[in-house]
Amino acid sequence: MDSIFTEQPGGVVGKPIIRVDGRDKVTGRAKYSAEFPLPGLTYAVIVTSPIAKGKIQSIDSAAAMREPGVLTVLTHQNLPPLATTPNTPEGKKKIGAPMGFLPLTSDEIFYAAQPVAVVVADTLEHAQHAATLVRVAYQSGGKPIAYYTDPKAELFDPQKVQDGKQEGHTKRGTPEESFASAPIQLVATYHHPVHNHNPMEPGSTTAQWTAPDRLTVYESTQGVFRTQSSLKAMLGLPADNIRVITKYLGGGFGCKGSTWPHTILTIQAAKAVGRPVKLMLTRPQMFTSMGHREDQEQTVKLGATAEGKITSIIHTKKSTTSPWDNYAESNSKILDMLYATPNFEASYEMARANVMTSTFMRAPGEAPGSFALECSMDDLAYRVGVDPVQIRLLNHSDYDYSTGQQWSSKSLKQCYARGAELFGWSRRNPKAGQTREGRYLVGMGMATASYPVHNSQGTARARLYADGHAVVQAGATDLGTGTYTVMTQVAADSLGLPLEKVRFELGDTQLPNAPNSGGSVAAGTVSSSVFLACQDVWDKLIKMAVADRKSPLHGADPAEVGVEKGRLFLKNKPKKGESYAEVLHRADMPDIEGMAQGKYGAGNENPQGAKNADPSKKDEAGGHSMHSFGAHFCQVHVDSELGVVRVTKWVSVMGAGRVLNSQTARSQILGGAIFGIGSALMEATERDDHFARYTNADLANYHVCVNKDIPDMTVEFVEEHDPYINAMGVKGIGEIGIVGVAAAVANAVYHATGKRVRDLPLTPDKVLMNGLPS
Amino acid sequence: MNNFAYTQAASTKEATTAKQADKAAAFIGGGTTLIDIMKSNIEQHSLLIDINRLALTGINDTAEGLRIGTLEHMSTVGEHPQVVQNYPAISESLLLSASPQLRNMATMGGNLLQKTRCGYYRDVAFPCNKRVPGSGCPAQTGDNRTLAIFGTSPSCIATNASDLAVALVALDARLTLENAKGQSRTLPLTEFYKLPGSTPNIETHLQPDELITAITVPAAGHARRSHYLKVRDRASYAYALVSAAVGLDVQGGLIRSARVALGGVGTVPWRVPAVEKYLVGKPATEDTFRAAAALAVRDAAPREQNKFKVELAQRTLVRAFLELPTA
Amino acid sequence: MTTPDDQTPADGHPAPGGPSRRSFLKQSGGLLSATLAAPIASRAEAVADKLAPPSPVASGPTNMALTINGQVRNLRLEPRVTLLDALREYLDLTGSKKGCDHGQCGACTVLVDGKRVNSCLTLAVMAQGKQITTIEGLAKGDELHPMQEAFLKHDGFQCGYCTPGQIMSGVACVSEGHAKTDDQAREWMSGNICRCGAYPNILAAVREVAGQQAKG
Repeated sequence: MDSIFTEQPGGVVGKPIIRVDGRDKVTGRAKYSAEFPLPGLTYAVIVTSPIAKGKIQSIDSAAAMREPGVLTVLTHQNLPPLATTPNTPEGKKKIGAPMGFLPLTSDEIFYAAQPVAVVVADTLEHAQHAATLVRVAYQSGGKPIAYYTDPKAELFDPQKVQDGKQEGHTKRGTPEESFASAPIQLVATYHHPVHNHNPMEPGSTTAQWTAPDRLTVYESTQGVFRTQSSLKAMLGLPADNIRVITKYLGGGFGCKGSTWPHTILTIQAAKAVGRPVKLMLTRPQMFTSMGHREDQEQTVKLGATAEGKITSIIHTKKSTTSPWDNYAESNSKILDMLYATPNFEASYEMARANVMTSTFMRAPGEAPGSFALECSMDDLAYRVGVDPVQIRLLNHSDYDYSTGQQWSSKSLKQCYARGAELFGWSRRNPKAGQTREGRYLVGMGMATASYPVHNSQGTARARLYADGHAVVQAGATDLGTGTYTVMTQVAADSLGLPLEKVRFELGDTQLPNAPNSGGSVAAGTVSSSVFLACQDVWDKLIKMAVADRKSPLHGADPAEVGVEKGRLFLKNKPKKGESYAEVLHRADMPDIEGMAQGKYGAGNENPQGAKNADPSKKDEAGGHSMHSFGAHFCQVHVDSELGVVRVTKWVSVMGAGRVLNSQTARSQILGGAIFGIGSALMEATERDDHFARYTNADLANYHVCVNKDIPDMTVEFVEEHDPYINAMGVKGIGEIGIVGVAAAVANAVYHATGKRVRDLPLTPDKVLMNGLPS
Repeated sequence: MNNFAYTQAASTKEATTAKQADKAAAFIGGGTTLIDIMKSNIEQHSLLIDINRLALTGINDTAEGLRIGTLEHMSTVGEHPQVVQNYPAISESLLLSASPQLRNMATMGGNLLQKTRCGYYRDVAFPCNKRVPGSGCPAQTGDNRTLAIFGTSPSCIATNASDLAVALVALDARLTLENAKGQSRTLPLTEFYKLPGSTPNIETHLQPDELITAITVPAAGHARRSHYLKVRDRASYAYALVSAAVGLDVQGGLIRSARVALGGVGTVPWRVPAVEKYLVGKPATEDTFRAAAALAVRDAAPREQNKFKVELAQRTLVRAFLELPTA
Repeated sequence: MTTPDDQTPADGHPAPGGPSRRSFLKQSGGLLSATLAAPIASRAEAVADKLAPPSPVASGPTNMALTINGQVRNLRLEPRVTLLDALREYLDLTGSKKGCDHGQCGACTVLVDGKRVNSCLTLAVMAQGKQITTIEGLAKGDELHPMQEAFLKHDGFQCGYCTPGQIMSGVACVSEGHAKTDDQAREWMSGNICRCGAYPNILAAVREVAGQQAKG
């Protein structure tokens, strides 16, 4: 059978199918990880440190233990031991832990709100109140370091960033010399505050030891297998003894992509009390328990010809990291590849501070990196006096300058053209600070988006029943991205069944291994696995038929047998054939199972692509550079007196390979853009300089967009067939939606006001004090 | 939350008496502030006295003025036709507050007693003189972008978070308070709030056994022609960076009476009588308003991150005046 | 309304530091406050004050009855249990979500006597005698409420965690008459945060239902 998906006549792939899990979600039946009422369930509440640096002198749990219903108070003195902790580099690696320290394994305090005790009680109320009664005495370690800008902070060159996964130094050509000799030299510095993912569902764990060495965990994770693997290392148990279940996930955006301390603490609490334990992090704890996007500063030096062709880009980044880990988002990647940049250099500096480890957050690196690059591109357009779209076309890269490879596909020019058309870009006054509507300054801005197709593979199982229904499984997760729905669509078309006859199951380590839903890989990899597993079903059925003397297909060459709508037939004599059910009936089989692995880089032009790829080069396979591209267009109204910015119009056009469901895909891009509008206009976690502790760790003061902030938005996809990326030709769209968004907004604000703000977010104070045209 | 006891009072007398008998008791109306801060362990109470069954409701607008029972919900008052018509600033301040859900829960009296959003107050791990007298005020040199520039002291710069209170102080609202002896008194809302001084933990002149029973606002030309304008980081469901409540009675182009208060900038709702005085007799022009705005911020004492509020407050005030319907 | 017996502490102990039934009786005896009471604290109340027995104090686990989706549910809860936790942890009605537990996100929105409120800031004990409607009570059997249908049709959600709150809020928004224009509906749906960013689709759903109901 074909190893590449082709559109089925009358098929459902690509159609705006209503979410198959939608009914459960709109009726409240969907069960998230804190919603399994296990018999004997108890409640855990985490006690955290008020200070950011020091030592625990003593912990007095007596008052807490005296409270009714309290079962235990775990501290560093009595946490049941673990086989491995992340506290050593080897342990961290073995676990795949995001953070090189596990609270409650030491008396040391490294960051504010670090867990110091876990209280378990029979009711949530008992646990919550008892948690306030745990008396902890601390020995201060002096003034903590809060930011890389702290006078006591020591900046260092980490050599590698993103926790050792990305190179910290990149150099191509002669960047300094080319910059020095460039007719146009632009230098700008950009600031980005701490961001928190803040999925609506707080991190939640329900842990149940079903035997002394067998564990079931209902976990809000973006990857049940990654969680299982981490737990296996920490607990020293075989993977088969650890079942991780995530049927519904209330958002993640990266923070649920790793196993954080609260999960193992809950599991150990369940061990200690001998009953199932449930923990849901509080909203304030969400700011200090599952990572964040680090505060950072980027400087872009951009050299260009007088016509505006880039000759050199030099990018440096400074950021804050934790006492143990070298985490910095790898911003430079997008600056390296987005435009035809003959000379390029990037480097990173970071400083350790009393903060927990930062982690990947929606488009890690690409989101802040594109803010810096795309604002600088806007500067270049004004400097040269050409339209912002034109400056990007002038610098369009026909191949990936960062690797020298050809693109697997790229539809960026179509995205610019279609976006400009939908937006009405031609109405834009080329001069900034010129357009007014009443009391508003009107600005239009745009930016390019791009996101790589990351290395990934995964397995799926398809079981087709003789009665005409199928169950398809992969241990993937659905963060709200639509995994349940799009996999059902792919399976339905691949098996020739109506949608309602296919059930897709996910979110359980008892299902076939699937990748984390992160890095925008799930849609492409899992859909390819599902498609190939279905093809495996047909391969097996065809083999059975041609070997079966009672089959009209007996003796035929399997390669000559086709399948359509569940009927097997000879390709050159289509009338000769039979239904798959008859094949199964004769063999007395109620069903048949297929299994297959989907891989990135294994498209129809190069089905073995990934096999030959260098696994250390994550974003390339089969000799091609694989990226989604797109363009955002934004209109803002800036209050001419008050400096308040509101986005009033939005258009995003994306080229992202095959779109599996036009409705959920549109929603994904909308969501990414809205996430980005929040980062542009309001999001910032404030960390007090003196205490290294957040001062707005809640949803009242950490502002994310509300409905009123969002205007009518238009999203379109350009048709794109990528023959290289994977069997389904799907690039993944979880992240590209946010890339470039902050820049598009900032560029629109510049166009409105004629003043550039390079310090996110663009709150009224900054816009106002930066100056408004009178 | 600590394991408090709960009672539903059948009368104001019973409620105030119970409160008097237990220093650690609290009244609960909508609960939107109380439950919030009890969950954050900022306050603990031994007894919650539910006042919702008390006959402290009613919105009556007469020739003398408006009387609102303390238990009326923000949503009801905000959309009450006579409030909308005769006291637009009050209606606007309510409907620009919080969220529809919270406005359905929160009572008028409770709104006036809501707690500051200062991040140092809201997190018990920080020192805070308002929460723990004498512990210090890190906000003075810390994250103070959203904090006060008026009425501050070395002990506290926490902003009063109420929008409603800003409109009410501008329009000469008075509170009716009733105590356990069954006595009632009234006092102007401007005299209800206490500047932080060295005791920021004491926020009002409310006595321990007193309950706000009603709010009254005198009818006036400047109330009918009033307006509340709120500037915030996001378009809705956010506290004010700066807000302004203004009311002008203009006749023949000249201002006969004026009411002006600022929000988001004061440790208490910040009425500016000097500006009101200045405006009387002046032509209702943008120039006048700009001069008035400059006068309004004369006493501002910003900290490092909230200097912008001095400028923004003036602009907000001018805009609020200009947005008033023309007489 | 609940009977006084429902609120009597089962173990008969008064709250620590709080007034007992007896102390209430003593304190409220003999005082008639009508003359000093403000007009709004009505004469009727003063009379009631005189005649009514003192209100009971609930302390510790207390019997209470909640009317949820038309059914009376008897529970024994401490007064500090919020309506949200009562639903989620004691009744397995987990449709109402906990996103912030402080009235800052709207995920817990339910209707109480037809009005939308944040159940995380509502005490269960105070919701007695009121009609509580949660997401589980919106559909009639298999027939979804028009707002649920509209959310499905317009893809008004992604992860689904804010969705029950959005839908309850949407139902109220329409019945309040606050969904007559896009801009109005945006403002009146702003008490429900959606981190996935489904706002345009939520708006479309709410506006569609508002349009249906306007047509009758």
